[in-house]
Amino acid sequence: MDKRQMIGKRIAQEFKDGDYVNLGIGLPTLAVNYIPENVHVTFQSENGILGTGPSPSEGEEDKDMINAGGGFITALPHASFFDSALSFAIIRGGHVDATVLGALQVDSQGNLANWMIPGKMVPGMGGAMDLVTGARSVIVAMEHVDKYGNSKILKECTLPLTAKGKVTLIITDMAVLKVTAQGLVLQELAVGTTVEDVVKATEAELIIPDVIGTFGD
Amino acid sequence: MVKVISAAEAAAMIKPGSRLAIGGFLAVGAPEDILDAIVEQGTNDLHMIVIASDWENRGVGKLIQNRLVKSAQVSHLGTNRTIQAQMNAGEMDIELVPQGTLMERVRAFGAGLGGILTPTGIGTIVEEGKQIINHGGVDYILEPAIPSDFALVKAYKADKSGNLTFRKTARNSNPIMAMAGKITIVEAEHIVEIGELDPEEVITPGVFVDYLVQSKEVTNG
Repeated sequence: MDKRQMIGKRIAQEFKDGDYVNLGIGLPTLAVNYIPENVHVTFQSENGILGTGPSPSEGEEDKDMINAGGGFITALPHASFFDSALSFAIIRGGHVDATVLGALQVDSQGNLANWMIPGKMVPGMGGAMDLVTGARSVIVAMEHVDKYGNSKILKECTLPLTAKGKVTLIITDMAVLKVTAQGLVLQELAVGTTVEDVVKATEAELIIPDVIGTFGD
Repeated sequence: MVKVISAAEAAAMIKPGSRLAIGGFLAVGAPEDILDAIVEQGTNDLHMIVIASDWENRGVGKLIQNRLVKSAQVSHLGTNRTIQAQMNAGEMDIELVPQGTLMERVRAFGAGLGGILTPTGIGTIVEEGKQIINHGGVDYILEPAIPSDFALVKAYKADKSGNLTFRKTARNSNPIMAMAGKITIVEAEHIVEIGELDPEEVITPGVFVDYLVQSKEVTNG
């Protein structure tokens, strides 16, 4: 299975029936293809919709129906539209059960950096700071190392933070790590990956429990 | 009754240095005709309060492309390289504001509040230089209201008393911006007679609205 699809599939297992979920742009959106049939999840897009449906077929796009990434969407029968202040009341007010975002860096205290590289790239935080602050669980989904092979899971983030101490779970192509008060716990390994592989690819210290699950088969 | 004017008349009210609160999200729900008229008139030194800098040829991207914007309070620039280049070259002064905070600060101005307390940005560079207030054991940033001279809004239907409805995700920041303009100008796809909108469907009451402009873009249904 493709690495990214494997991450998408593993994200989907985090959702419970009845959850309201906000998915970040890119990798996190792959999760929608893997939600189990008996689990009903309502997706929010912060530009003002709950109940986002699949992309429309070609020629069926509506100019006034987009998600937060600017892609065309449809609305499910239970959908609702609302303004941006209400949308962020939903987010900041703790009414979103889970948000899934990509990261440039994440660290052992659950700090997240994903909105700027000083002097290089300043796209702005958009809704990410509010999402990470307000969602009940904050799941980071990303490849374990960057394109140069450097660990993105650090002892301490060096880039400007998106939020402090809010990440609850990290899902990568190598492992699932739980953020705890004691540090990062290696909860699961991707099939074919060893504890040594993960330790080598992770700058942060890892807590290795006796029993470690697997995913990606 | 609210006065119906042309996009050019709307743009003529806006002067160099005006502070504009502009509706839309990635140009969906942006008042494109009014923005075109501002570009046509070349009004510069503008301050822009908007969710995102949109696309180079759509939404507020058109103002940026024509170098009409001097400063901005905005949450996302990622879709527009021109604004990033202007910012990096020191040509534009940008305050990046978390999107939820931006909306509440604009709403606060329209609602007569001095500002808001939000946990968003605590522990990040967003809190730098701002007052932190602990309430009930939680730290909040005191974020001041954002004033504006003009709100430029896109609506789906407007009746002639200024009551507004919006369409699907084109609603986004429009009802919030509409509250916050000292003068609020609404570009509507349909301008209808009083009585044609059910009071139950009105999203923005006409009390917030000063002028209407008939949009060239007209969607049905």
